Amino acid sequence: MKKLVFGAIAAATTAMSPIGAYAQTEIQFWHAFTGRLGELVAAQVEEFNASQSDYTVVASHKGNYSETLNAGIAAFRAGEQPHVLMVFEVGTATMMAAGGAIKPVYEVMAESGAEFDSDAYIGAVKGYYTSADGQMLSLPFNSSTPVLWVNRDAMEAAGVDPDTDLSTWQNVDAVLEQLKAGGEDCPLVTAWQSWIHLENLSAYHDVPFATKDNGFAGTDTELALNGEVQVAHLSKMGEWAKDGKFIYTGRRNEGGANFRAGECALFTESSAGYAGIKAEAEFAFDVRPLPYWEGVGNAPQNTIIGGASLWVMQGHEAEEYKGVGEFLSFLSSTPVQAKWHQDTGYLPITVAAGEATKEAGFYDENPGTDVAVIQMTAKQPTANSNGIRLGSFDQIRGIIDEELEGIWAGDKTAQEAMDSAKERGDALLRRFEQASK
Amino acid sequence: MEKRVTFRGWLLPLCLIAPQVIISVVFFFYPAGQAIWQSLFIPDPFGLSMQYVGLGNFEYLLSDKFYRASFVTTAVFSILVTLASMIPALFLAVLADRLIKGSGVYRTLLIWPYAVAPAVAGVLWLFMFNTRVGVVSWYLGQLGYDWNHVLNGSEAMGLVVVASAWGRISYNFLFFFAALQAVPRSVIEAAAIDGARFWRRFFTIVLPLLSPTTFFLLVVNVVYSFFETFGVIHTITSGGPQQSTTILVYKVFSDGFVGQDLGSSSAQSVILLIVVGLLTVLQFKFVEKRVHY
Repeated sequence: MKKLVFGAIAAATTAMSPIGAYAQTEIQFWHAFTGRLGELVAAQVEEFNASQSDYTVVASHKGNYSETLNAGIAAFRAGEQPHVLMVFEVGTATMMAAGGAIKPVYEVMAESGAEFDSDAYIGAVKGYYTSADGQMLSLPFNSSTPVLWVNRDAMEAAGVDPDTDLSTWQNVDAVLEQLKAGGEDCPLVTAWQSWIHLENLSAYHDVPFATKDNGFAGTDTELALNGEVQVAHLSKMGEWAKDGKFIYTGRRNEGGANFRAGECALFTESSAGYAGIKAEAEFAFDVRPLPYWEGVGNAPQNTIIGGASLWVMQGHEAEEYKGVGEFLSFLSSTPVQAKWHQDTGYLPITVAAGEATKEAGFYDENPGTDVAVIQMTAKQPTANSNGIRLGSFDQIRGIIDEELEGIWAGDKTAQEAMDSAKERGDALLRRFEQASK
Repeated sequence: MEKRVTFRGWLLPLCLIAPQVIISVVFFFYPAGQAIWQSLFIPDPFGLSMQYVGLGNFEYLLSDKFYRASFVTTAVFSILVTLASMIPALFLAVLADRLIKGSGVYRTLLIWPYAVAPAVAGVLWLFMFNTRVGVVSWYLGQLGYDWNHVLNGSEAMGLVVVASAWGRISYNFLFFFAALQAVPRSVIEAAAIDGARFWRRFFTIVLPLLSPTTFFLLVVNVVYSFFETFGVIHTITSGGPQQSTTILVYKVFSDGFVGQDLGSSSAQSVILLIVVGLLTVLQFKFVEKRVHY
């Protein structure tokens, strides 16, 4: 009876879909983009649909990153999963552990016969989404890395030369002092504090964030974020917070509003902040590489990515997977990628797209847009700078946020806070290990 | 002797109570049963496998000092929300009740906030107290007070309490107002003739007569602050700064839907169910004795 009702509904909805679409295979694509990014994704999908007549990709927005992942999981449990699901980098370990729910991208590509060369992707991006035996499990889609945004007008107003070298935290420390003395109320602000000031800090200085190669080598990993390098950096930031040199605005990217309104001088944020800053900032701004502590670890090593990748879900027809292969191949093609990179500030995920952008003269016209690319690809990634793959990572970030707030409020020392974050995070990692056995 | 209305046969009474029973079973007993069942397992997020752990989830939770701390946070939060929503409501109801003209207008205006969903109320209050563009925080700044609920736990708690209580004031107002209308005028007039002033009359006559309503609202508001305030917390603080506004129901959400840890999340729901059940029993056992119907 139930089946009959569903069948009737399915038949009714099919009958109502636009004429002519019935011959095409439909591919569901769930993503997490709104605003400008949402429009750009819609344009990509439209272009793909117009470029061939066998498949129709239907893109649906399912909320923010966490909500999209949840929607995908809930849909899978109900047997209604989309073909392609966008999952943020933090959810990578969750997806990898769900062997029965996903169809690895390399497999999809091999079966579909679509053009695919996993070596075409930038190493630091590919590494994040590749299994231990070197097979690509999900397709990198939007990847960014943290950089330092500088409000040149605010620097000048405080009497600081806007061209001052800000490549090291030592220099930044001195500049923050000058900015404060020059009357700047908000010398430094940040977005995504754990991602930038712990995860990337660790990779950039070539020290582990977690054991077992940051979780790449197994789920029996433990956090190592209470190491000397991290604690020293956070202690310094705690001092800045106390002196009013670092202003804490929230756990996500709330600080972006302050910076774009011209209220802050320095801003550590993803390279993908470019689209928003370019659109809104009514002041002269610069992009600089993320600062590092000179003489600490192997800094500057390379920074790691944030963003999302596309996962193909199990349980669909072979014909549909063929279309998925075509779509993914289209997304990683050079013109599509180059345009995406230039429009958004996300990294070009293939080497060819980066070169095409360079040849088109984009970097010369928009100075600083290649900073992120150089910063990520300057050195061969090490076991500490390949990325981070931890179960329950979204929740662990929540714990880290809480502990960092303890430092900024002056309630805890950096060492106490990070020891506590490790203890609490490790408990979650053990649960994840057990759940994914 | 009590008068009883009795039905002849079973069919009609069964049909009459069936809708309520069916709704309770489908939307309450079935999910609650599922939660109890799932709390005994550690499932993977996709539902591909489940491992039986017995009471392992409860053990894990109760040995976590942050989870235990969340009980205290919840207690503080729900006491504050209950007080902050009942006292102003009673005060407003008393004032509206004294009005001779225009009480209808006040009544309507006072009921409006109840129509605002908790999450939306959260956004509204957050906007007023936003540390950067908020109107209220700007005025506070002018007065020399540096409002920063992003880092100050007590301010964050204050904000979520006010935002949660605001819409509730309307609801409570409605009940108090109705109850006040039911207070017999003759008793009050008699007291007035004896020379009792307004507040004296209020505390010795009106308040005791309101006790059934007050008791009902107490139970309902405690339950509200335990369960329905999730939207406010989610939009304003996400449980922060540190853990200062992480109440039990918010943790159920964040472990279940952010952490994908359905075992722990189910166990937390079960604990919450027990806590609220116990609270209600306690209220009926001890507070109700002092209620005069």
